[in-house]
Amino acid sequence: MPPIFSSRSNTFVRVSIVVGLIAITAIVGYLVWWTHSSTFNQVGVKVPQPVPFPHNFHVAVLGLNCRYCHTGVDKAAFADLPPTETCMSCHSQIATNDPALAPVRDSWKTGKPIAWNKVYQVPDYVYFNHQAHVGKGVACETCHGRVDQMTTAVKANAMYMSFCVDCHRDPAQYVRPRANVYDMGYKPDGDQHKIGEKLVKDYAILPPTQLMNCSICHR
Amino acid sequence: MEILEQTPIIEPGHTSLSVTSAIADVPLTPIRRTPVGWIAGLLLAFAIMMALLYAVGALFIEGIGVWGVNAPVGWAFAIVNFVWWIGIGHAGTLISAILLLLRQDWRTSINRFAEAMTLFAVANAALFPILHLGRPWLFFYLMPYPNSMGLWPQFRSPLVWDVFAITTYALVSLLFWYMGLVPDLATMRDRAKNIWAKRIYALASLGWRGSARHWSHYLSLYLLMAALATPLVISVHSIVGMDFAYGLVPGWHSTIFPPYFVAGAVFSGFAMVLTLLIPLRAAFHWKDFITARHLENMAKVMLSMGLVVAYGYLMEIFNAFYSGDIFERANTLDRFTGFYSPLFWGLIAANVVIPQLLWFKGVRRNVLVLFVISLIVNVGMWLERFVIIVQSLSKDFLPSSWHIYLPTIYDILTYVGTLGLFLTLLFLFLRVLPAISIFEMRELVHETGHHNAVAVENATDGKAQVYPAKPTKKEADTAKGGR
Amino acid sequence: MTTNSDEQRQPLDLAAARQQLREKKGKDYWRSLNELANSPEFEKVIEQEYPRQASLLGTLNRRDFLKVLGASLALAGLTACVPQGSDKILPYVKPPEVLLPGKPVLFASTVLQDGYGQGVLITTTMGRPIKVDGNPKHPATLGGSDVFMQALPLELYDPERLKQVMNQKTAKTWGDFTNALGSLSGNWGQGAGLRILSGMTTSPSLIDQMGALLKKYPQAKWVQFSPVARNNSLAGANLVFGQPYEPVYDFSKADVILSLDCDFLFAEPGHVRYGRDFGVRRQPISANGTMNRLYMIEGSSTMTGSNADHRLAVKPSQIEGFARAIAARLGLAVTAPTGDVAGQPWLDALTADLKSAGKGALVLAGERQPAAVHALAYAINQALGAVGNTVNFIAPVAQGYAGDGYTALKTLAQEMSSGAVDTLVILDSNPAYTAPADLDFVKAMGKVKNVITLANAMDETAVLSSWAIPAAHSMESWGDARAFDGTISIIQPTIEPLYGGKSALELIAALLGQPVARGYDLLRTYWQGQLKGGDFALTWRDLLGKGVIADTASAPIASLPTATLNGMGALPAAASGMEIVFEPDYTVWDGRFTNNAWLQELPKPLSKLTWDNAAYLSPATATKLAITDGDMLILHVGERNMQAAASIQPGQPDDVVVLSLGYGRKEGGSVLANSGFNANLIRTSAAPWFQSGLQVTKGREKYTLATTHEHWTMENRDLVRSTDLEDYKAHPNFAHDGEEQAITLYGQEERTGYAWGMSINLNSCIGCNACVIACQSENNIPTVGKDQVIRGREMHWIRIDRYYKGSANRPRFVYQPVPCMHCEKAPCEVVCPVEATSHSAEGINEMTYNRCVGTRYCANNCPYKVRRFNFYKYVDENVASMRALRNPDVTARSRGVMEKCTYCVQRVNEARIQAEAEGRPIADGEVQTACQVACPTQAIVFGNINDANSTVRKLKDLPLNYGLLADLGTQPRTTYVAQVKNPNPMIKEEA
Repeated sequence: MPPIFSSRSNTFVRVSIVVGLIAITAIVGYLVWWTHSSTFNQVGVKVPQPVPFPHNFHVAVLGLNCRYCHTGVDKAAFADLPPTETCMSCHSQIATNDPALAPVRDSWKTGKPIAWNKVYQVPDYVYFNHQAHVGKGVACETCHGRVDQMTTAVKANAMYMSFCVDCHRDPAQYVRPRANVYDMGYKPDGDQHKIGEKLVKDYAILPPTQLMNCSICHR
Repeated sequence: MEILEQTPIIEPGHTSLSVTSAIADVPLTPIRRTPVGWIAGLLLAFAIMMALLYAVGALFIEGIGVWGVNAPVGWAFAIVNFVWWIGIGHAGTLISAILLLLRQDWRTSINRFAEAMTLFAVANAALFPILHLGRPWLFFYLMPYPNSMGLWPQFRSPLVWDVFAITTYALVSLLFWYMGLVPDLATMRDRAKNIWAKRIYALASLGWRGSARHWSHYLSLYLLMAALATPLVISVHSIVGMDFAYGLVPGWHSTIFPPYFVAGAVFSGFAMVLTLLIPLRAAFHWKDFITARHLENMAKVMLSMGLVVAYGYLMEIFNAFYSGDIFERANTLDRFTGFYSPLFWGLIAANVVIPQLLWFKGVRRNVLVLFVISLIVNVGMWLERFVIIVQSLSKDFLPSSWHIYLPTIYDILTYVGTLGLFLTLLFLFLRVLPAISIFEMRELVHETGHHNAVAVENATDGKAQVYPAKPTKKEADTAKGGR
Repeated sequence: MTTNSDEQRQPLDLAAARQQLREKKGKDYWRSLNELANSPEFEKVIEQEYPRQASLLGTLNRRDFLKVLGASLALAGLTACVPQGSDKILPYVKPPEVLLPGKPVLFASTVLQDGYGQGVLITTTMGRPIKVDGNPKHPATLGGSDVFMQALPLELYDPERLKQVMNQKTAKTWGDFTNALGSLSGNWGQGAGLRILSGMTTSPSLIDQMGALLKKYPQAKWVQFSPVARNNSLAGANLVFGQPYEPVYDFSKADVILSLDCDFLFAEPGHVRYGRDFGVRRQPISANGTMNRLYMIEGSSTMTGSNADHRLAVKPSQIEGFARAIAARLGLAVTAPTGDVAGQPWLDALTADLKSAGKGALVLAGERQPAAVHALAYAINQALGAVGNTVNFIAPVAQGYAGDGYTALKTLAQEMSSGAVDTLVILDSNPAYTAPADLDFVKAMGKVKNVITLANAMDETAVLSSWAIPAAHSMESWGDARAFDGTISIIQPTIEPLYGGKSALELIAALLGQPVARGYDLLRTYWQGQLKGGDFALTWRDLLGKGVIADTASAPIASLPTATLNGMGALPAAASGMEIVFEPDYTVWDGRFTNNAWLQELPKPLSKLTWDNAAYLSPATATKLAITDGDMLILHVGERNMQAAASIQPGQPDDVVVLSLGYGRKEGGSVLANSGFNANLIRTSAAPWFQSGLQVTKGREKYTLATTHEHWTMENRDLVRSTDLEDYKAHPNFAHDGEEQAITLYGQEERTGYAWGMSINLNSCIGCNACVIACQSENNIPTVGKDQVIRGREMHWIRIDRYYKGSANRPRFVYQPVPCMHCEKAPCEVVCPVEATSHSAEGINEMTYNRCVGTRYCANNCPYKVRRFNFYKYVDENVASMRALRNPDVTARSRGVMEKCTYCVQRVNEARIQAEAEGRPIADGEVQTACQVACPTQAIVFGNINDANSTVRKLKDLPLNYGLLADLGTQPRTTYVAQVKNPNPMIKEEA
């Protein structure tokens, strides 16, 4: 009776085993990469806005403080977006008929709010409080990146839970003096961790045992 | 060994050849000649399995609410079935591994089948932990893996232990079973007429040639696997038992659970093996291989395990009163007299009283009675789990929240459906694989001293084989039986 | 599911439905949906389009239709209240100065209960009112609340409210109406054919407007009617004082209280305040003076009765005899019954007790009792010198109302059917449902040419009216009201009328020919006229801030005449046979709340019944008539009869069937559909509260009632620990008798910093359920419908367990509110495989919904059974108004997720963030849980148990403090103050 498989089939089987293993690792690897890619988590991807607001110009050149527009950031959970009134306080004099600003003027005339597109989407079961963070020396830059270098704001990181948890496990890595919270491109003078440790003490930042409680962010 | 004076574990007059063909011809029956009984059986099983599909569909679309579960009875049918199936899944490994180590050679003719049954039972059991979740699509939260949440499961929870226990058990059982199949797959390869069958068996047999080197490697590995599998038999159901022992609920909170669950598992496992083998050996004319001895031995194991279980019940009741814990006492009294008491007394009858018949040789030797008893035990063990889980939850600490549980149609369909799934797998197994370990039977033939042709067998190199031109009478009709 | 016979109508498909709806404008939206939802072919459509919903049609109630509809169609009308869709942010164009996005704003306002004002604080976030609590500055609440107050937000956002002006079932506008009104009022002349029917009205501005109207149309008449109005109380005063004075009680001064069928903790105006004062005096270690003592003799088992030290349930008709006997023993000139009266064994001890209490005694009679009994009560109080101390008399709060509601309504009905009435204006009243059967009001309405109704929904009256005007909710409109003691407070809106509703002020103004007058202007001008002197603008602002107008409580009647009992008439013959007894319902009052799902699903204090009322019978009566729970009964009274399901309730008087009002309604929403039985079918204006000559026959079929509490006794488990004052003085430590110290194998963590804990005082808890609804409103807890309650799947995070002690015939009642215990060693935490429930550093047992996979192991392992599971998707995410109702600080839980009491962790976090921002510790009492705020008797106290000076810590240090099932070693953070009763040693209660 002739052999059912030629002797080459042995090699074939051996090879296919190796190939199979490689394939599996490749697929897993790809999935990990994909979930961290900007196409998946939209990091650094431009979000179309009704008005192409140039953060870089207003922050870097004009030197406006974040709070000028995001008034709630140090008072409430919600950082808030500027009411049309705020825009008009300048743009009733400056660039009064810049076509790009048409939506602002319309909104002012009609009283219809400008519909901005959200850049950061925190799920409804996460309760992030800007006031609490800003007050404890967590800078805008730490989460939102170099806004002073963006035109319309783009996502600076994926905001995965691990990102939050990283800081909640050891705030000292990130906190900076309250004075510098709104600074962009801040460099600690000295060892961040030493400074951090001190600030954590000074600002009475809760210990990780408490910062890591679920109910701190989830209710 | 005194057993030798008793009924043999294989009827005399068998050659390795007759054994081989008797077993191997069953799967090798050409498709056109597939027995009608088999087709009918498969279709029936498949139809029942569709009930599972429907029930689970409804479950996933609408939510756990389609079941009868409520507050306070958060667990019911799903968990009962889970424990029941896992229990049944114990016989296989026990028979093949532990009895192998104990050199109980009567196991050889039933181990393959028992292992297959184990696999299918565990497959069923493994469904339920996922089905019973409120959000089944998030089952992977129970697995430890690096994730974007930076979280791990709660390792203090018995449910996480379950995940490991069950997956390990399933995996090892599968390997062990497949290991055992390899030489037989080779035999199938050699006997197969159809070229495709040949190819598939060849692929599956991993190029087994039955050389002495193969055999020596094989046997040592097989023993090793057996040694590896043995502790699992204990661990799995101990952990399942801990799901309850760990809880505060009166009726659960008891250290006796792990051992008494294991005993229960073996009890129900053997019962299921009997329930299935008795009809099968009739259907396939395997009375020569699965002799009265086998049935009797299994009956004995059942009896002993039944006694252990009975002891468990007794201790539970004793402790309830001895502890002086008012909640435990109230719970036990409710079992005796409460809403679910008929089920309680039912399980006492089925698991404690009726199995005592097995003390009588006459009963052990009467195949029909044995079959009925094994059925009753299966039912009884299901009831036991139901009472432990549902009755205990329905009346715990605060009378204000007492509430009874009643199953809905979806509960019932899910349960029945898993029976369908089990049978379907079983029928497929019988059709394509040798349900009795051929090579071990050959050994048996050899050991029990029918030497003819054994030499030939051992010389087999898997390619050429010489068979006597004319089959003996016995061969002829066993072969017919296969058709 | 309703299967109407008209199958012939060809089914419309959903596309067509959508089209049809798109053509309509935003406002009339929901009404059309209702019409659709009720049509059988639409149900078919739903089944095709939404298999999940369809298969649930049987099991969940009609609310779910509205869910589905919301899903398939974007909602107009409410867009102001809800985000435009998750991916957009809409900032203000001009920001309002009070509002900082994300921070709640409080408004002081007033809500009405049967006309009487209750001062409230309304919490709004992002311009949406989401929570109502009592106003601490208001005498009627002192910050406490009741179930009706707490349930108002759902009423406001009810998607089934009347959305627009309706004329003969066709949609019209306010303009159309005022035009029609113009031509109509033309031929009113002297107003001979004009009648105005309203509910109880205490609003000074509205009364003033009515005056103007009646001046303009001298022959017009204004009738006030409410089924549960204070009629007999006023009539009683009329009997003894010759004037319909209104009694006001002061329980803070009452040492010995005898209640003659008076459910003052629920049914009387000012009950919230009464509850507070009563509760303060229930403390064994009382703040001011001794513990009070309550004797209750009643005609049905009431909430007040369940809190009494001595309770006697008798036929209501027997109570007058008892009252006379007491009066006689106190030397008043009344004909007392010869021979024994009900409660004979009490008489001597009770009279002695009352005498010794003197001015500290208080005798009150319930609205259910006839004027004579009230008269006796007043006379007894006066004789004991209690008047001016524990009870005061003031001019009726509903100015000019003489307690003649039923007779007035009867005359009106006669006038109507005689054709004398050509225009009937109905405000805040649903006579087509509430009017007693003998008036045949519906038929009478048919005789009236123009019926103009200011309606919340298309209820029984609105559907029969020629004009139905959508009423503005009290949270949407301007107005004012007087409280039980006459104090005036302002009603100010917290949101623009969602559906352009009108207030009573605005409607009457329209009748006066000012169709466009705004409620705000009307109110302000009125008060400008009233509050003379000073800068009105300032006064007005300050007044809105406080919500209460200072010292406007009515002065007690000076020189009250000595009570004369001559007018009392002879002693009525003792009625034999069975009696039918009516009572306002504990969850839907007189029917005005029947479409409120929160209240429908709220277990009634004693029967724990939800979604229905039932014919209550005592076990003895039931055995006598061979009736079992759920039997359908036919109740014959006179020539009338009705059907009702039987429910056997220990503690009800024998030979009595008790039936509550407000159920069996037919029109006005999907939630009220087929729930309960309409008592008004056998209620007569002559005997609105009880009547003898009841015949009960047992029907064939059975009826399923949904109760949340199927077991009556405590099974000798020391769950609620209670004793008598005498015994307590002897063993102050009784609460810990036979307690074992549980040992733990785990280490004991050191808890520094805040350690949140709760203490629940069983001496104060009156079982009123306010906490349950408050929690539901605060924490977005869904309702699940009758079927799910039957399957034991109700979702309340805090429940009130009710147990009976003693025999089934003469039981004593105990209440025990059970929220999550936040165990130090929580059994639920260790078993959760994914750590979805965990322990916070501050000792809160956290529940993280988005991590939960729903194994339900935690619920199984919780000995207190406080964990609730979302068996289906109960949360309503589709109906926009239901989203608007939601508290944004609490996650809405989806299907398959476990949930439970969190100690209002959202409030704790908010307080912590504030405190840290201001660099100070959280003060005691700064964090108050929703249930704590709502509790009228302050039975619930929450705080930091590590702070030795906190109230909660002080309570936990009492010997009375004990933990529920503490022997299990769970170390609960929520503990109880054991109950001490104060019975009269002279009276031996037979068990």
